[in-house]
Amino acid sequence: MPSETVLRAEGYRRRRDRLEGWEVGIASYKLGGRYCCEVENVSVGARLARGEGTTREEAEAEALKRARELLVRTRVYPSR
Amino acid sequence: MSQYADPEVLVDTGWVAAHRGDPNVRLVEVDVDTGGYDQGHIPGAIAWNWTTQLCDTLQRDIIPPDEFRRLMEEAGIANDTTVILYGDNNNWFAAWALWQMKIYGHSDIRLMNGGRRKWLEEGRELTTDVPQIARASYTLPDEPDFSIRAYLGDAQAAAAQKSAVLVDVRSPDEFTGRILAPPGLPETCQRGGHVPGARNIPWAKVCNEDGTFKSADELRALYEGEGVSPDRPTIAYCRIGERSSHTWFVLKYLLGYPDVKNYDGSWTEWGNLVRAPIERAAA
Repeated sequence: MPSETVLRAEGYRRRRDRLEGWEVGIASYKLGGRYCCEVENVSVGARLARGEGTTREEAEAEALKRARELLVRTRVYPSR
Repeated sequence: MSQYADPEVLVDTGWVAAHRGDPNVRLVEVDVDTGGYDQGHIPGAIAWNWTTQLCDTLQRDIIPPDEFRRLMEEAGIANDTTVILYGDNNNWFAAWALWQMKIYGHSDIRLMNGGRRKWLEEGRELTTDVPQIARASYTLPDEPDFSIRAYLGDAQAAAAQKSAVLVDVRSPDEFTGRILAPPGLPETCQRGGHVPGARNIPWAKVCNEDGTFKSADELRALYEGEGVSPDRPTIAYCRIGERSSHTWFVLKYLLGYPDVKNYDGSWTEWGNLVRAPIERAAA
C-alpha cells in the first residue's frame, strides 16, 4: 500500500480587517511549502476567497484581491 | 454545566485523529468550494460537493432517494457505518449533509466540532491523497423522515397563524433587508427583509471564536432569551437552507428540542414570492 503524503498547516494566523466597508476575517498558514490564505465575511461567516503564494504576503494579496472584487459588488439598500 | 442533549452526535478533533482509521468509520469533508479538500484534507476523508452532490441539480430540492443511495454506496457507507462530517464555513454544509442523511434515515452521523478550520489551526495531519473506497450496499427506509423539513406552507402557517416559532439565522443586515445576500455573494432574491414574526438569531452566535459550539447552558440561554423554547415547534431558515441546517442541528441535537424543522426553501424562496408578506423591522 503506498504511503500517504502528510502535510500540516503551519503558522496558522487569523486576524480581522475591513475591506470595502465590510469586516473580514483573514486566515493564513503554510501548507507543504506553499502559503495559503482564506478570507471570510465576519458577519456571515462564509468564505469569500482563497489565495496561494510562495510567501504569506503573496497568498494574502491574492485572496484579498479576489475578496475585494466580490465585496465591491455588494449593493446596500436604503431602509424604508 | 449541563451536557448536550445528544452528545453522541458531536466528536472533537482528537476523537477523529484517534478513530479515523476505524473500519466502520467514514470521514467526509463537505464543502461548497472543494478547493479546500484538494489543498489538503484529513487522511482517509472523501469529499462531497454540496452544489452537485447534495442538491438535486434539476429542480430545487434535496437529492432524490436513488441518488442518495448511490452517493452512500459510492462513499462506502453502509447503513451501520459511523459517518463523521466536517467542512468549511464552520460546518454549514456538513450540517446540511447531516440533515439530509437524517431525512433518509441514517442513524449514526456525527459532526466534527469546529470543522475544517479547527483541524487546520491545530496543525493536525492533512493529505492530498484521495482514498480508494470499496463500494458498499445501502438500503433506504420505506419513507423519508420529512418531519424535520419545513416547506413553504409550514413557513406561511408559522407567519400567519403562529403555528411555529420562526428563527431567521442570517446576519442582521440580511434580516433587515439592508442587503439581499451575504456581502460578496450573488443576490438570489428580489426583495429583502424577513418572514413576518421571525426572530433574528444569527447562526454564528452558537459558536465560540474557534468555531466549536458553545456550551449547552450558553446555547439554552441564547435561544430561550429570544423566546425560542422546546415547548413550541420551531422552524429555522436562512438564505438557501445551509446555515439554518446548522441551527437545526443545535436545536435538535445539542438542546434536544423535540420539534425543529429546517426550511430549506428559505429566503431564496420567500423573497421571490409574489405578494408574500415581508417585514423589515430592525434586528
